Amino acid sequence: MLEKALSGSNRYWAWIFFLLAVIGIGCIAYMKQLNEGLGITGLSRDVSWGLYIGQFTFLVGVAASAVMLVIPYYLHDFKKFSKIVILGEFLAVSAVIMCVLFIMADMGQPMRVANILLHPTPGSIVFWDVVVLNGYLLLNIVIGWTTLGADRKGVKPPDWVKPLIYLSVPWAVSIHTVTAFLYAGIPGRHFWLTAVMAARFLASAFSGGPALLILLALLVRKFSKFDPGAEAIQAVGKIVTYAMFANVFLLGLEFFTAFYSNIPGHMHPFLYLYTGIDGHTKLVPFMWISSILAVVSLAILVFPHLRRNENILAFACAILFISLWIDKGFGLIIGGFVPNMFEGITEYWPTLLETLITIGVWAMGFLVLTVLYKVAIAVREEDAAVEH
Amino acid sequence: MSMNRRQFLKLASASTILGVGAASVINNISNGSLEAAQIHPDPRALKAKRWGFVVDVSKLTTDEDYQKCIDACHDIHNVPNNPNPRHEVKWIWKDTYEHTFPNTAEDKIMNRELQEKNFLLFCNHCQNPACVRVCPTKATFKRESDGIVMQDMHRCIGCRFCMAACPFGARSFNYTDPRPNIKVENKEFPTRMIGVVEKCTACYERLAVGKQPACAEKSNGAIVFGDLEDPNSEVRKLITEKYTIRRKPELGTQPSIYYVIGGGEHA
Amino acid sequence: MYNTGKIIAGLVVFFILATLPFLLNLGKANAKIEPSIDTPEINAMPKKHCVEPKAFMRSEHMQLLNNWRDQVVRNGNRIYVGSDGNEYPISLQNTCMKCHANKKKFCDKCHNYMAVKPYCWGCHIAPKENEA
Repeated sequence: MLEKALSGSNRYWAWIFFLLAVIGIGCIAYMKQLNEGLGITGLSRDVSWGLYIGQFTFLVGVAASAVMLVIPYYLHDFKKFSKIVILGEFLAVSAVIMCVLFIMADMGQPMRVANILLHPTPGSIVFWDVVVLNGYLLLNIVIGWTTLGADRKGVKPPDWVKPLIYLSVPWAVSIHTVTAFLYAGIPGRHFWLTAVMAARFLASAFSGGPALLILLALLVRKFSKFDPGAEAIQAVGKIVTYAMFANVFLLGLEFFTAFYSNIPGHMHPFLYLYTGIDGHTKLVPFMWISSILAVVSLAILVFPHLRRNENILAFACAILFISLWIDKGFGLIIGGFVPNMFEGITEYWPTLLETLITIGVWAMGFLVLTVLYKVAIAVREEDAAVEH
Repeated sequence: MSMNRRQFLKLASASTILGVGAASVINNISNGSLEAAQIHPDPRALKAKRWGFVVDVSKLTTDEDYQKCIDACHDIHNVPNNPNPRHEVKWIWKDTYEHTFPNTAEDKIMNRELQEKNFLLFCNHCQNPACVRVCPTKATFKRESDGIVMQDMHRCIGCRFCMAACPFGARSFNYTDPRPNIKVENKEFPTRMIGVVEKCTACYERLAVGKQPACAEKSNGAIVFGDLEDPNSEVRKLITEKYTIRRKPELGTQPSIYYVIGGGEHA
Repeated sequence: MYNTGKIIAGLVVFFILATLPFLLNLGKANAKIEPSIDTPEINAMPKKHCVEPKAFMRSEHMQLLNNWRDQVVRNGNRIYVGSDGNEYPISLQNTCMKCHANKKKFCDKCHNYMAVKPYCWGCHIAPKENEA
């Protein structure tokens, strides 16, 4: 089926080559990092994780969100998702690939990363994250490819794929839970040491991921003859709304616990992020932008008649996605490191090279996504032609 | 038996993978036991059930007192002196009371002298180290024999999880090549390379040949090193006689550095 | 047959390219790679010996060093008893390179020939040598 990605319009090829160029720039920047070390980033002894790990965390959520389509379609037989579900599965594939690339970009000694498998350490959460992420990647490639292949031939998917689909449901929950455990089990990082971390991760994933999916589905419909279905998009819109409310609620819980308990260590990261401490205010504007966008998106999404207008829906989804990207892809990681273990403050800001590498990885993800979507769209367009 | 090309390729690739995999496993096993019988510790090595330190800051008065201990460590271990403070590498360092015990620093009317006192900080060699728990490769591990929290710089992949996990900020990462920032190399000890985490290793290389840790040796008695599990050791005597505090004991890591704050009569 | 000329020309080009490294070196004597043990420390030995016999060291030194590394760093074992019964402190910098102080003519010679780049020297300090 992959050959379908090899024929396309000029616009398709222009997009592919654009992505390849961006990847190329990212690779050049990465070569510099490989030679000179992570010193080319904005990271420091105090803030030892930054943009890369933030993107990783955020994208695990995007990957997990495919389950929001799989559950209704396969467990509840919600037929309207029959066409859109493949978009979710392929989005998960590209998101997990980006996760792996961001982890590799963050390693000080990437050549030694096989040590995780050569010296398996079940007590380390990273070990389990490697296991669940790779498993999830494999599940989604197999499920997506097999069901699409069956669709192309006009037959039902083989029986053996059903158990894999059911397995992918708890598996999706596991990838984001395990990722939350990376943070939530660390003594001494008050900002992360919270039992609702995994729940918050899932809530933000199940709003941010589907929001991105709505945007992608609208794009697919605009640029191809494949229509994922207006009703399907509306249903996903509902999921985004509920999940975002849950996410904001959970964030509110964090604020309550920190400030009502009045424990300095719990309050300081929030104060740093939202007000700044001692004149260190680098992240303050971004956190407020995130908060405002979250509120605005909810104010739009909560009204069904606004949501039903696809332009307004797209706008709400876009600002919601940006809001969550700032909150989880940036604030959540940096907030854990500021103030540092001595209650001192070292601020973090990514460098140009670090940003180029990050954009390069995103381009790589979009390339995978484009190719997979091209295949899916081509198959669906064929089906549509046969039906008529 | 007939076989089509597809089946043949499947079988061939599967058996190659299995063959290569099995061969490497067998190789590893035989290498591991290669010379086990031919290796033993140095007979001079100092032994303990659980090494620990007592740091009596009342005996550290001048800046020089601190610096002597710091230099003793950093010189022999080739710790680089990085110009960029964000990339600082340190195994042992001086810091204020407020930074050393941040959760007690809210008190504005406490003893002025104590508030202005400086402390010597280094790896706590915790009994329940959070860094060891999170390390995905066992590059950092607690030695079963004597409780030292070790760092195997050969195995470290530079994920920096240990830095996120250590509540004491004891770990440094080599953001840049350390070599250009080492003024005088100690030829007897390695340096580190880009992309690995390093920290105090309780001078395991000195203990192995019967020497005290370098900081303790140069401290004029301000740092006492000994076996916390041995009731007759000097560290245990100091801990029973004097009032000592540990950093962030509420986190349950059981740090092995005890700080004595007051002089004799206040203790 | 279609494109006979092109195919044959292509095959000739491929054959030449594939065998070029061999053709270029045809007739040249293959330089024998013999790491030098000509250092003051080794010359001063009454009977020249390493921690293990030469043949073993040549084929197994990487396994030995790997094992030494883990024994020192992870198990705290610092003394190696060679098959000759002698005891040696385990240390790349302080045992191996004390005798083999000529890294360029000893280590690098074979490693360069075999195109292997062990990262020992990223951390371990190589002995000072005069550029030869």
